[in-house]
Amino acid sequence: MKKISFILNGEKRSVYVEPNDLLLDVLRDKLGIKSPKYGCGRGDCGTCTVLLNGKSVRSCLILAIEVDGQEIMTLEGISKDGLTGLQEYFLKHNSFQCGFCTPGMSLTLEEFLKKNPKPNEEEVKEAISGNLCRCTGYIPIIRAVMDYVKNRGG
Amino acid sequence: MSGVISHEFEYYKPKDFSELSELLLQYKTKAKILSGGTDLVVRIKDGFEFPEIVVDIKSISELKELKFDGKNLFIGATVTFNELIESDVVKENFPLLWEAAKNVASTGIRNRATLAGNICSAVPSLDSGPALLVYEAEVILKSKDGERKVNINEFFLGPRKTVLKEDEFVYGVNVPLPQKKNGGSYVKLGRYNGEDLAQVGIGILILEGNEYRIAHCAVGPVAARAKKIEQLLNGKSLSDSLIEEAKKLIEQEISPITDIRATKEYRIHMAKVMLERGLKATVNRMNGKGPDYGEKLI
Repeated sequence: MKKISFILNGEKRSVYVEPNDLLLDVLRDKLGIKSPKYGCGRGDCGTCTVLLNGKSVRSCLILAIEVDGQEIMTLEGISKDGLTGLQEYFLKHNSFQCGFCTPGMSLTLEEFLKKNPKPNEEEVKEAISGNLCRCTGYIPIIRAVMDYVKNRGG
Repeated sequence: MSGVISHEFEYYKPKDFSELSELLLQYKTKAKILSGGTDLVVRIKDGFEFPEIVVDIKSISELKELKFDGKNLFIGATVTFNELIESDVVKENFPLLWEAAKNVASTGIRNRATLAGNICSAVPSLDSGPALLVYEAEVILKSKDGERKVNINEFFLGPRKTVLKEDEFVYGVNVPLPQKKNGGSYVKLGRYNGEDLAQVGIGILILEGNEYRIAHCAVGPVAARAKKIEQLLNGKSLSDSLIEEAKKLIEQEISPITDIRATKEYRIHMAKVMLERGLKATVNRMNGKGPDYGEKLI
């Protein structure tokens, strides 16, 4: 066991991990962060997405020990002070059926909209192409993003 | 299948080359180098790799370098595909490499996956392969004994096999800037844009003076240049009849297999369609007309 420390959702956390512990399992089982989900376990579905130093990554393919000294943000972190603007539009457009992909979608879009604040629809589709929705409810997700981008001002 | 890794290993994070070289010398094939982990971690989970130690190279600062000196682009071993995509230098000077990088999986993978890791994994479908082959890139390998450079055309030996020796690691890749006006295109056939591996991939670089460089991936044991097609085209201006002649050579150049992703016949058929579209797009791009880089060509 090795002790690692990292910033999780703005707070410093320390935890003991084995070298073969995955970040996803440490977040969910040791630190109680349940928004990242276990989907495919091989990087295909995107439902385990977290932000590592602001970039969307697959927590099922990262060893927990690798994030020692880094910064991790999950859905719990970005909506700490209430729903984000995008989350409001997800609600408005009912952009989920089972909701399993929503945390991953939200974090991928969080990173994407920072880089590209005024995307067109094609760019949005490309951005979420690595996040699978098992209910195939992509249309309301894309609609929510486009509506949010149009109305958020700035 | 559970998501955990049942195999146990030790984790090392060397700070410099000498520490890394020592580890590789000591553990040889029992050591596996980790950067993005998008391939390695899956391989360990699946039981295809069972290293005694995993060596994380992300603390070695030289390996993070992405620099262009006007003649040569150096891509350090831990440079990710998204770092290549976000680089204006890459987009302006090596648009074909940029286009290939855009075609790698999705952003969550590209934030971690590295170009060096892509060539070390050496799967037949590697998206970076055709671009590196036509730019005639050079792989820089280091070990405790020193350094050697290998042309990318000689780097791949077979599926998941490269010339890399057990105590060597990839330091980076050099991509020389073509010395003539040029256009390029990477045409990729996959099932969907998110994660799918190429069923057929073709990279084309045309240089002023009718010099053609063509390479493919996913249609043979290794990504490779299509020398017969290049020979046919070299010195000639592109015409519909010439393209038809080139398409007839496809079957001599590639040796695709039937697997879960596509049949052999489909791959051969599509390789011809893609060669035609790629050649036309490349000529148009060279003349400043063609589809923007990054636009889907198929």
